[in-house]
Amino acid sequence: MASAAAPHAYLQQQARWHWVEIVFWLSTLLPFVLFPQYLQLASQIAITALFALSLDLILGYAGVVSLGHAAFFGLGAYTAGILSKFYWGEPLSLLVAGALVAGLVGYATSWIIAYFRHLALIMITLGLGLLLYEAANSASWLTGGADGLQGVRIRPLLDYFNFDLYGRTAYTYSLIVLFLAFLVTRRIIHSPFGLSLRGIRENPVRMPAIGAPSRAHIRKIYTIAAVMAGIAGALIAETTETVSLETLSFQRSADVLVILILGGAGRLYGGIVGAIIYMVARDQFSGVNPQFWYFWIGLLLVAVVMFLPNGILGGLARFTESWRRRSR
Amino acid sequence: MLTSLGGVLFDGFAYGMLLFLLSVGLSVTLGMMNFINLAHGSFGMLGGYVTVTLMDRLGWPFLATLPAAFVAAAALSVVLERLLFRHSYRAGELDQVLLTIGVVFMSVASAAYIWGTVQQPVQLPDYFTGSFTFLGVNFAYYRLFLIGTALVVTLLLVAGLEWTRFGAQVRAAVDNQRMARGLGINVNLAFAITFALGSGLAGLGGSLAIAMVGLDPDFAFAYLVYVLIVVSVGGLASIGGSFAAATVLGISDIAGKYYFPALGSFLIYLVMVGVLMWRPAGLFGKR
Repeated sequence: MASAAAPHAYLQQQARWHWVEIVFWLSTLLPFVLFPQYLQLASQIAITALFALSLDLILGYAGVVSLGHAAFFGLGAYTAGILSKFYWGEPLSLLVAGALVAGLVGYATSWIIAYFRHLALIMITLGLGLLLYEAANSASWLTGGADGLQGVRIRPLLDYFNFDLYGRTAYTYSLIVLFLAFLVTRRIIHSPFGLSLRGIRENPVRMPAIGAPSRAHIRKIYTIAAVMAGIAGALIAETTETVSLETLSFQRSADVLVILILGGAGRLYGGIVGAIIYMVARDQFSGVNPQFWYFWIGLLLVAVVMFLPNGILGGLARFTESWRRRSR
Repeated sequence: MLTSLGGVLFDGFAYGMLLFLLSVGLSVTLGMMNFINLAHGSFGMLGGYVTVTLMDRLGWPFLATLPAAFVAAAALSVVLERLLFRHSYRAGELDQVLLTIGVVFMSVASAAYIWGTVQQPVQLPDYFTGSFTFLGVNFAYYRLFLIGTALVVTLLLVAGLEWTRFGAQVRAAVDNQRMARGLGINVNLAFAITFALGSGLAGLGGSLAIAMVGLDPDFAFAYLVYVLIVVSVGGLASIGGSFAAATVLGISDIAGKYYFPALGSFLIYLVMVGVLMWRPAGLFGKR
């Protein structure tokens, strides 16, 4: 392992597809057969997973704690919604537009983000998120304010597939976008750039000493994460044909944080697994009492932080590791 | 314009004093242990519900419920500190944020479960309901009482921190925790006491807040943002800084809502982000 090729061999070995991954992605097709009545929920899960994946890039890999990530989600959603209301409703170009706007704002704010850490960073991301929320609330002539954006009109996908009531198109569409974004994320994580991001997470001061400019890297990954969150937002606007202020809210930022932590931050599948568990559980329990749902979420958060510091996937990895060692 | 200016200043100052009571405890504990306690607003909410419950169910007079709110919030904070928070002092800020957000979620849901989601009414005693007009400005008795309470608390805090043995220990722990431990100061005990006092003050602030801003389960989240603004703008462990930041925030919030109602809270968030970008440690912060 001491040879010069060792880092490349390490990265290649990391990037190889595991059979569990292939099984996982094949099983995402199961809802079409097993739960055709839940496809609408399945598409929401896929979108939430994409949003959590984008947060994982900055929080899990680069160690940038953000309490305002919903800003980019909302930007994507409002861009897609407003464009479709006033100009055209072709879904794929709306997706690109949402990604562009969120990416531009993400790039602009990344210059601020890269300069702060700890409490100041948390407060600035929170403040920027709240700022955007208030701006959208005030500009009700454009966004519809607290009533939400009415009159979103989306054309059929590729001018052929209608967004049907059962969500068959919606789920297919969101799943494909999620998978493509996942491939991009996977490529980033298993590149030297991805490795240096993890280094920045562990020690942002020392990384420049070995040739990885911390701030420039954080700016890059923050912009990429903003683009992905924007795509997720545009997807939710297209598949639900409404945009509410809630897409920009602190609640949305906190929810995605909970989802990512629950699944396991800094793991490729953390956000996706977290989204599946969280959304299915919310769908099952919120009918009982939506107010009380948050009690269990809070308890879960406390329990995860106290007993499962690396989320469900981290706990599973530790469990299989010890099991493998014992059976050897 | 000019006549309303005095009223805006007075109301804003009273509101700022409320924010000061709610946030000063977090400022000191954050400075001591670097523990980001987002559940601080929940202690304020608890104080409010204690006051409402004691007045409505048990018929206590308003003034007698204030110490009770202080004690209840302080007691709960000790329990939480011993049970949960003390395990994550050395953890990263993310773990602290998550743990305390979890506590906020639970407190909001519990409040909604026990007291319902409606606004809690509070009937102020007669001697607080009136007001008098001086130089064209309307001074409400209750707000004067609020300002007086906050000023007394400020004086007590400053005096306690400057001139008592315990205050010296707290200052030493804020300046350099490891050095303070090396000198034989029991930082953990000092922190636990400070934490209880700070949470108690938040409880007091919460019960004083009902008559001005109302009380429902959203209180913990809604005022958390204001509390964090005061703390991060004022600087850690700075009572003077918190006082100044709370005053500025209170006045600018009331003024913003009075003169530019369309902008809502946009202005104060803008000011907060601007101040933090200019001075990340806050206006009066040392670190």
